Amino acid sequence: MLLEISTTHRPATDLGYLLHKNPARVARKSTTFGDAVVFYTEASEDLCTAVLLVDIDPVGLVRGRGAGGDGAFDAYVNDRPYVGSSFLSSAIADLFGTALNGRSRERPELAETAIPLRARIPAVRCQGGHGTFELLFGPLGYAVDAVPIPLDEAFPSWGASKLYELTLTGQVRLCDLLRHLYILLPVLDAAQHYWIGESEIEKLVEKGRDWLSGHPAKEFIASRYLRRRQSLVNRALESLATEEGLLPEDEATESATSSSEERRSLNDLRLESARAALLERQPARVIDLGCGEGKLLARLIREPSLREVAGVDVSLNALEAASRRLNLATAPSHVREKMRLFQSSLLYVDSRLRGYDAAALIEVIEHIDPLRLPTLERVLFEQVRPGRLVVTTPNVEYNVQWESLAAGTMRHEDHRFEWTRAEFQEWAAAQARRFGYTVEFRDVGPVHPETGPPTQMAVFDRVAVGEVGQE
Amino acid sequence: MRIKIPELSLVVLIGPSGCGKSTFAARHFGPFETVSSDFCRGLVSNDVNSLEVNDEAFGLLREIVRRRLKRGLLTVVDATNVRSESRGGFVEIAREHHMLPVAIAFDLSADLCIARNQERSGSPLPKHAILNQHRDMRRSLRGSKREGFRHSYVLRDASEVDSAEIVREPLWNNRRHETGPFDIVGDVHGCYEELVELLERLGYALSMDGTIEPPPGRRLVFVGDLVDRGPRTPDVLRLVMRAVSEGKALCVPGNHDTKLMRALRGNQVQVRHGLEASLSQLNAEPAEFREAVVQFLDSLVSHYVFDDGRLVVAHAGMKEGMQGRGSAAVRDFALYGETTGETDEFGLPVRHNWAREYRGKALVVYGHTPVPEPVELNRTINIDTGCVFGGRLSAYRYPEGEVVSVPARCEYAEPIRPLGLPDPRSLSPQQEHDDLLRLDDLIEHGSVETSLRGRVTIRSEHLAPALETISRFGVDPRWLIYLPPTMSPTETAARDGLLEHPAEAFSYFERQGVESVVCEEKHMGSRAVVVLCRDEATARLRFGVVGQGRGMVYTRTGRPFFSATGELEEFLATLGACFEKAGAWDTLESDWVCLDCELMPWSAKARELLRQQYAPVASAGEAMLRRACELLEQGARRADGELDEDLRSCRERLGNVVRFRSAYRRYCWETQGVEGLRLAPFHIMATEGTCHADKPHSWHMAMIEGIVRRADSALLVATPCVEFALQDKEQREQATGWWAELTARGGEGMVVKPVSFVAKGPKGHVQPAIKCRGAEYLRIIYGPDYTRPPHLERLRQRGLQRKRSMALREFALGLEGLDRFVRREPLHRVHECALGVLALESEPVDSRL
Repeated sequence: MLLEISTTHRPATDLGYLLHKNPARVARKSTTFGDAVVFYTEASEDLCTAVLLVDIDPVGLVRGRGAGGDGAFDAYVNDRPYVGSSFLSSAIADLFGTALNGRSRERPELAETAIPLRARIPAVRCQGGHGTFELLFGPLGYAVDAVPIPLDEAFPSWGASKLYELTLTGQVRLCDLLRHLYILLPVLDAAQHYWIGESEIEKLVEKGRDWLSGHPAKEFIASRYLRRRQSLVNRALESLATEEGLLPEDEATESATSSSEERRSLNDLRLESARAALLERQPARVIDLGCGEGKLLARLIREPSLREVAGVDVSLNALEAASRRLNLATAPSHVREKMRLFQSSLLYVDSRLRGYDAAALIEVIEHIDPLRLPTLERVLFEQVRPGRLVVTTPNVEYNVQWESLAAGTMRHEDHRFEWTRAEFQEWAAAQARRFGYTVEFRDVGPVHPETGPPTQMAVFDRVAVGEVGQE
Repeated sequence: MRIKIPELSLVVLIGPSGCGKSTFAARHFGPFETVSSDFCRGLVSNDVNSLEVNDEAFGLLREIVRRRLKRGLLTVVDATNVRSESRGGFVEIAREHHMLPVAIAFDLSADLCIARNQERSGSPLPKHAILNQHRDMRRSLRGSKREGFRHSYVLRDASEVDSAEIVREPLWNNRRHETGPFDIVGDVHGCYEELVELLERLGYALSMDGTIEPPPGRRLVFVGDLVDRGPRTPDVLRLVMRAVSEGKALCVPGNHDTKLMRALRGNQVQVRHGLEASLSQLNAEPAEFREAVVQFLDSLVSHYVFDDGRLVVAHAGMKEGMQGRGSAAVRDFALYGETTGETDEFGLPVRHNWAREYRGKALVVYGHTPVPEPVELNRTINIDTGCVFGGRLSAYRYPEGEVVSVPARCEYAEPIRPLGLPDPRSLSPQQEHDDLLRLDDLIEHGSVETSLRGRVTIRSEHLAPALETISRFGVDPRWLIYLPPTMSPTETAARDGLLEHPAEAFSYFERQGVESVVCEEKHMGSRAVVVLCRDEATARLRFGVVGQGRGMVYTRTGRPFFSATGELEEFLATLGACFEKAGAWDTLESDWVCLDCELMPWSAKARELLRQQYAPVASAGEAMLRRACELLEQGARRADGELDEDLRSCRERLGNVVRFRSAYRRYCWETQGVEGLRLAPFHIMATEGTCHADKPHSWHMAMIEGIVRRADSALLVATPCVEFALQDKEQREQATGWWAELTARGGEGMVVKPVSFVAKGPKGHVQPAIKCRGAEYLRIIYGPDYTRPPHLERLRQRGLQRKRSMALREFALGLEGLDRFVRREPLHRVHECALGVLALESEPVDSRL
């Protein structure tokens, strides 16, 4: 891991006073993740270049440095020893802590002065493409030079890497340069080596105090820095706003997020429609098949008319998230008794799924391999056999309405297919015929005259004769 | 007094406190066979006399009784039971579990009971309480005949109690000691000529006087419905009755047989469904014969349990919970099976297919429902192939598992529901049934029974992620007949600068008592299991897979190997052509094969991993370290030697990254569809009828080498290998040299295996394989710089025990799944083995081992 900092301020050797590292000497320090050295390649009146080099211990990353300590990474084959990442932020704080705080014993006024500075990092990993550099560093007044590093010249078909050689040039205070790097290197990289906790908010607030609240991409920065943990993001934004004496602005910052905003509200709409459809026939027991993180369950559990609300998912992570969302561990006993949450798979017959008045299958079928769909159909309609079944799935025709979605790509990387309205309706009608259900279709979301709604819904009702299709 | 009780009974003791029930029970029954109300009161209250807790104590008692009866254990209820309503509850419980209720009453004088009660330690009951109990008992015993006990005994004084003797009698259906071999004959329905022909086909000799001579040791078992509809019911009866009386045959009754018996006895029955034929034929016989027929039919036992519970014969089938039990419900089930209460379009009752739910271990052979072909489903087989309706008369040979049939001479009766013809294009009933798998059927009781290692425990916290993986990413379970085990590396090499070396593998096997090993070159690609059928028809017939092509290629976690459309088909077509060209189907005497292979290049499957992880590490490393070297060179000029060591180290690291890059590049090349892929099979896991784990690796290697040579295709490659005795020092050194040479050329290394596929030494099962990887290859695993001494020193600390234990358990599960598939067991029995391997794989183990 390597960082070069140069200045052409005269006398350039003052850089040594600002960094608190004597250009005539080699400074060494052992950090928690490896040994760091600071040296100068040049220290003249016109130009001074300091180099921070850290030899990250890759075995320590996996196995932990101390006795019994667990490593933060699972892979020995890891780019962390080479790229400028959150480890570099830590090294900056460790080696240039005083400068980072904007103090200099020998040159206090120079520390407060914007001087010509250049930072160069031979390898950074950038999530989100070349434009991200400009998005992050442009508003801060830097000239950005990011040169792509090839992935593997022997295999051009593998495409480009996410690696760049980054050079930032600007007229800034040294402490600002260091703070920008401190916050923005992990943001570029979108991965931190430590667990994101409360203390990260403090760091973000402290290091971003002077500049982040005015940065046009502050939400993006905060959410990436805090790795998209939404509640922390909001609190960080609040803290930043109160520093400024302002409330956080509630506006979308870029087009990419506006489409995700739109999708978030579509999700709400979908859940609301599903809830309404489920409850239309006064069921006593309902089940959400593929409950995900429990957003629909959270709506259903509040319904006093329901005697039982069950949620199943095949994903253990989803179930854990649902359990957290519903606060099942601490919920009062009558809520816990009403709620059942367990793992199941719709590709197997599970007697626990039988006997429900209404069942929801919200955005599930598109995650099933088409070859396994016949199994799902039999399990669902013949074995689970709810009185009412509400199924939603994306309407692929609508995808063209989203500019951020490249043509021909699906909405989620785990989607195995996305259906047109005709395909979905044909499928649903066939199931209804085969298994003794009636079916009607509903639109969810804004209906576009040509492409229809973003989400399509089928509502199946069991025809009340014996057990049709049981044999 | 001799008190006879059936071996499967619920014995209810009746009598006031102090009458000596507990002493009696202790003398005649095992310590766990008696469940006493006193004891249950003690359990729930610490006080055996506390009457306040009666409800809870009896609730517990009934629960214990239920669980014992469910498991078919004789159980004695030691409680006063002086009121008929309390006894009635136990009669009910016995019926639920098809056990026979027996009452033993202690009708002793009240004074004796009171006197004995006084002698007890603790607080005795008040006198009036005992008097009340005594009076209740006397009163209720007068009507006890109607309470539903199969047998009731009353002991009237102390000497009768003392001299009583309990005799346990086996049920008539219990023939567990008879192991066969048997020839089990389906519904005959008066088809005498076909019966005679069938018996001759089975090797039975018929003499002129009507006796039959079985082949040595064999015995006939008739599944009932000997009579009605057919032309020669009396002759059939004569033959069977004689054979049974001479001990050459056994027979269970069918519904037609019992109805005929009732008609002959003069009971009111509806004369239809062929009964009229039997009656008119029998009318031509002497009255004594009719009398003998009635006696014979009356003597028939509802069903039989043979061969230590491994075989059950009943007319209409037998559920697991009823096997070997005796009750009216058991008899009804044996005769009629179960109906759903509905009728079909022909007006016949819709039969509930009990076999679909059947999960018992015993094979049930039955008839009753005519079918065009014998129907095998979940260890049951229906052999009523509708002879009287113009079908065939069939016999099932046990334990051989063969069906022998003769065609009907004509259609003697018109079936109400058409018999239908076997459809060669349809799936078997078992395959149709296996279309849906039930979670309850998988890994019951948290373990899978394997023939190799007995019970393999699968913990639920490991099963859950396995279920998730297989549901979200797995191939169709019908293809998933085998998942390979994980493979342990050698112990850390003793010599410096290396993590792995063949010496450790050799000495491991030597310690385990293995004499000879085979070393196979380890191809660096991706592990792949290939299931290949000769054609789509085989895929349907053998795997029950329709419209999904002729096979599947999947990874060691059961995911499809190919994701792009058409690639799998192209791959299988190419491989299929190789097999045809090599004549492999004839050599293997099979239309399908399951191969354990390495599929190369690594980049074909691991492309994303290479793009996201491996190549960026090399690129970032080269960029950063090159620049660092430049800067250190500049800095060193100013630093008076102080940075020399940093520069040296940086150059070393740059060299390591360059080596890392070339290490992974060796396993990458561009492919276009199947073009460029190389498949190196190393085990022929299974073909029709056989799991080849019984053959040495030399057989596998030779077989594969032959196919590869004859196929002469760019797709198939053989695996170089050497086999030698571990004692032979020279060969050992040669093999070590070969490894050094392979790894120096950039090869991954080699795999060392005991010569026999499944090896067991004096210390138990031996690892099926140990991998021994080369120093350069290991950069891909442990990172570019792993060879730097401080890193290597730490990496040498690694524990293999868990990995090796996992490998053995997964190996056992993998082979078990194949064995079950080869034996054509239901899919859930095969699937749970694959699920088990995946579950074990979800145990946290260092993934770099």
